[in-house]
Amino acid sequence: MKVLNIVDTAYRATLEEQDDTIVWITAAMRTNANAPVDLLLRGNAVNYAVKAQDASGLSFGDQRQTQPPQLAKDLEKLREKGAKIFLVREALRERGIEDGELIAGLEFVARDALARLFGEYDQVWHW
Amino acid sequence: MAKTVTFALMDAPFESARSTTALRLIDIAVKRGFNVNVFAYEGAVYLPFAKQAAHPNAFHGRSVEEENHPLTRVWIEALMREAASRGAKLDWVNCGLCVDERGAGEAIAGVRRGTPADFWGFAQASDNTLVIATK
Repeated sequence: MKVLNIVDTAYRATLEEQDDTIVWITAAMRTNANAPVDLLLRGNAVNYAVKAQDASGLSFGDQRQTQPPQLAKDLEKLREKGAKIFLVREALRERGIEDGELIAGLEFVARDALARLFGEYDQVWHW
Repeated sequence: MAKTVTFALMDAPFESARSTTALRLIDIAVKRGFNVNVFAYEGAVYLPFAKQAAHPNAFHGRSVEEENHPLTRVWIEALMREAASRGAKLDWVNCGLCVDERGAGEAIAGVRRGTPADFWGFAQASDNTLVIATK
C-alpha cells in the first residue's frame, strides 16, 4: 500500500513540538514500519522547504528554547529515508519563493496535475 | 466477515466539532457492525482521558447532575460497549509520545499506547482509512 500525506496547515504548533507533526509521523512510519509514505506540501506548507528559516531565539524568562524546529532539515532527513517530497508549483510562485531558496531533491507538481498524482497512490491522507 | 475502518484523529476534546463528528461516524460504523480502529494523535489523546470530570454550570443555573456535561471519555466507553454488543471491536490506540508530552497517561480501560507503526498496521489491515486532522 502506497500513501501520500498532504500538509497544507503550516506551522501548527511547530515551536512547541519542535517539528511539524505530520512530517514527523511520515518519517516515523518510514522508520518504524517501513511504510512507503510520501509527502505533498501545498499552501503555506511549501515554506517548509525554504533553507533560510531560523526559528531560534524563543525564550520565556530564563527558559530558552535550545532545539527550535528545523523544518527544512527535517524534510532533508525525510528524503534520505526514501520519501518523495512534492511541492505545488503555483503555491511557491504565489508566495514569491524561488527555486534557489529551497532544499535540493524536491519534486514539483502543478495544481492541475494533482489528481493524476493522487491516482498513483492507494490512499491519500489529508492532514 | 466484518469490514474494518481506521480513523486518525488529531483534535483535542472541547475545542472543535470535528471530535464530535468523528465519534458520530464511529458510532455509525460500530452500529453497522464494522470493526473500528482509532489512532489518536496529538490532542486527540485527551479524548479518552480518564480524569475528565463533569462540572456544574452556574450560568445555566444547573448542578453537576442537572448539567450532565458531555465527556468524550464517557462517549468512547459507550462506543466500546456498543461495538462489543454487536460483536465488533473498537480498538483505540493513543500515540505514546503525544501522551507523554501532555501528561495524558491516564486513559479509560480499553485504550492502548502505541506508535505510528500501529497506525500503519491499522491502515494496512483496514478496508479504508479516514484522517480527521486539526486545521
